[in-house]
Amino acid sequence: MPEQIFAYILHKNGNVDDTAAELIHAANAISPEASVVAVVAGSGDELQAVCDEMAKTYAEVWKIDSDALVYINAEVLRGLLVRVLPKNPVVLVPHEHFGMDLSPGLSVKLDAAYLPDVVAFEGLEGGLLKAVREEYSGMVSTHVTCDIREGAVITIRPGAFQPDESRDAGGQVLDKTDEAVDGGIPGGNRRYLEIVEAETGDVDITKSDVLVSVGRGIEDEDNLEIVFDLAKSMGADVSCSRPIVDAKWLEKARQVGTSGQTVKPKVYLACGISGSFQHMGGIKGAPFIVAINKNAKAPIFQVADVGVVADIVEFLPDLADAIGDTK
Amino acid sequence: MEILVCVKRVPDSSENEIEVNPSGTDIERDDLVYSVNEWDNYAVEEAIQIRDKVGGSVTVVSIGDEDAEEVIRREMAMGADNGIHLSDESFEGSDGRGFATILKAVVDQGNYDLILTGAQADDGAGQVGGMLAALLDYPYASLVNLIDVLDGKRIKVGREIAGGHQEMNEIDLPCVLSIQTGINEPRYVGIRGIRKVASIDIPIKGAGDLGVGTETIGAAAAKVKRQDYFVPELGEGAEMLEGSTDEIVEKLIELLKAKGGFK
Ligand SMILES: Cc1cc2nc3c(=O)[nH]c(=O)nc-3n(C[C@H](O)[C@H](O)[C@H](O)COP(=O)(O)OP(=O)(O)OC[C@H]3O[C@@H](n4cnc5c(N)ncnc54)[C@H](O)[C@@H]3O)c2cc1C
Repeated sequence: MPEQIFAYILHKNGNVDDTAAELIHAANAISPEASVVAVVAGSGDELQAVCDEMAKTYAEVWKIDSDALVYINAEVLRGLLVRVLPKNPVVLVPHEHFGMDLSPGLSVKLDAAYLPDVVAFEGLEGGLLKAVREEYSGMVSTHVTCDIREGAVITIRPGAFQPDESRDAGGQVLDKTDEAVDGGIPGGNRRYLEIVEAETGDVDITKSDVLVSVGRGIEDEDNLEIVFDLAKSMGADVSCSRPIVDAKWLEKARQVGTSGQTVKPKVYLACGISGSFQHMGGIKGAPFIVAINKNAKAPIFQVADVGVVADIVEFLPDLADAIGDTK
Repeated sequence: MEILVCVKRVPDSSENEIEVNPSGTDIERDDLVYSVNEWDNYAVEEAIQIRDKVGGSVTVVSIGDEDAEEVIRREMAMGADNGIHLSDESFEGSDGRGFATILKAVVDQGNYDLILTGAQADDGAGQVGGMLAALLDYPYASLVNLIDVLDGKRIKVGREIAGGHQEMNEIDLPCVLSIQTGINEPRYVGIRGIRKVASIDIPIKGAGDLGVGTETIGAAAAKVKRQDYFVPELGEGAEMLEGSTDEIVEKLIELLKAKGGFK
């Protein structure tokens, strides 16, 4: 049983990421007895504010404060973490773009196991941790075991664990900066330059009340017309999943998901979208979700309110016509 | 620039309904359509475009049984210069670390400036590129959606972060990058292209050829092991509308109206 579990805290502009309060529950699910330590890296006053905030949730907070961490480059942070973490640590990191950058290499540098994108834990026995993961974009799940006796880096799917909202931990903040930077700043062979902001498009889907969202199931660029026709009949805007943007059929500003836009509509019509967590992660505010998909087993039907098993190329024009008739 | 691209043959999940077999030991493999992992295909296209701009060569490497050869050949038809097929019984049951260890041996035998992997494959782990970089002690960047060659020693890469924003970095070569979809538009490969490369010899290498100690790979070395496949029961799921198309449409319009779904 690990005595301590470390939770890496994401934050931006002084704001703590939603995953910060989820990791403590993930850690409890691994081992309720382990004490959970929040690890927070960054610089200056902003970092201190985040650490103080985290001390409300975590009994112990480790702070790593350096000018080299104003913008956190995973190559730099990985080297610093290796210096401060104890032998055979169990480290939890959110499974998103930064966690994916940091974690596989961190596991190698710690000579620990790597267990990516966990959605649930099902017990720890004799150093073997049992976890649930998904494969094939969520179409099937698997039980995996992970030998954590020599440590483990585990990435946790955002939203998979309930956030801890008790905020009464009254934790202490320990400054680990000296240990971390002793030996200089590592990772100099990858240098952060700048952030290039996303382009804005002709519609702002983040403001739409009703979205007709189209995925790979539309099959052909020419078929997009029927999606726009339906949206028009409903007075809705058109959004999409990532493959539609990758194919350059629609502009990036219409992409819903973790690497696209976060939308908060009242109604979301998912047409030919399988329901990957990266897509669903961009839908907030619990809208009424209608899924239309030709595969009755598509994961989207697990999270939608209403489902229709149909070929969208045939069904959407029928729906648009019928809506037209009601007017 | 000498470029190595790591590719994997996977069931094409946009072409197949992936289901669990009756005993839960695997997915149902009969009648599956396989192809090259989507992310890897973008990586190969990117490598070819870089080579065409600055010169050099593209080598595609894949770990897998005899069928893996078909994806190597496909990527050579796209324009990759060389293929390496890694196959050995001792590779079976490896976890991500094991596969990264095997690939490291290939890198050590070559002279590569740039090593590309897909950001993730069918298991959604997204691990091999980052592990390979760490084993090699090369710099790494994940989810790369832009590469600009600056000179023989440095490249500029864009990483996809949240909200469609892009994080720009400068990286020293040699390095490892994992490639995100959408970085380019992979070219189409026709039957004629595949025929052209049909007779090219693709060497097969095993653990012995690579000098990989079998204690570091395979099931025995794996700390992470898959136990079974299953389909979870999540919540109540959607209320499924049934009946004739007319009936479904009518019911759906009613529901949409009630929820403010159209004006
Ligand atoms: C780091 C990272 C970030 C990502 N960010 C995002 C993101 O922001 N947004 C996003 O969407 N994805 C994102 N993805 C990709 C994501 O993992 C999925 O690959 C993607 O969401 C799948 O899109 P899809 O559902 O349209 O396609 P698929 O998964 O291919 O699903 C297509 C669906 O259409 C159905 N279908 C096919 N034909 C028809 C038909 N004629 N009629 C009806 N149904 C049909 C199929 O049954 C299937 O369910 C990201 C991935 C990574 C690794």
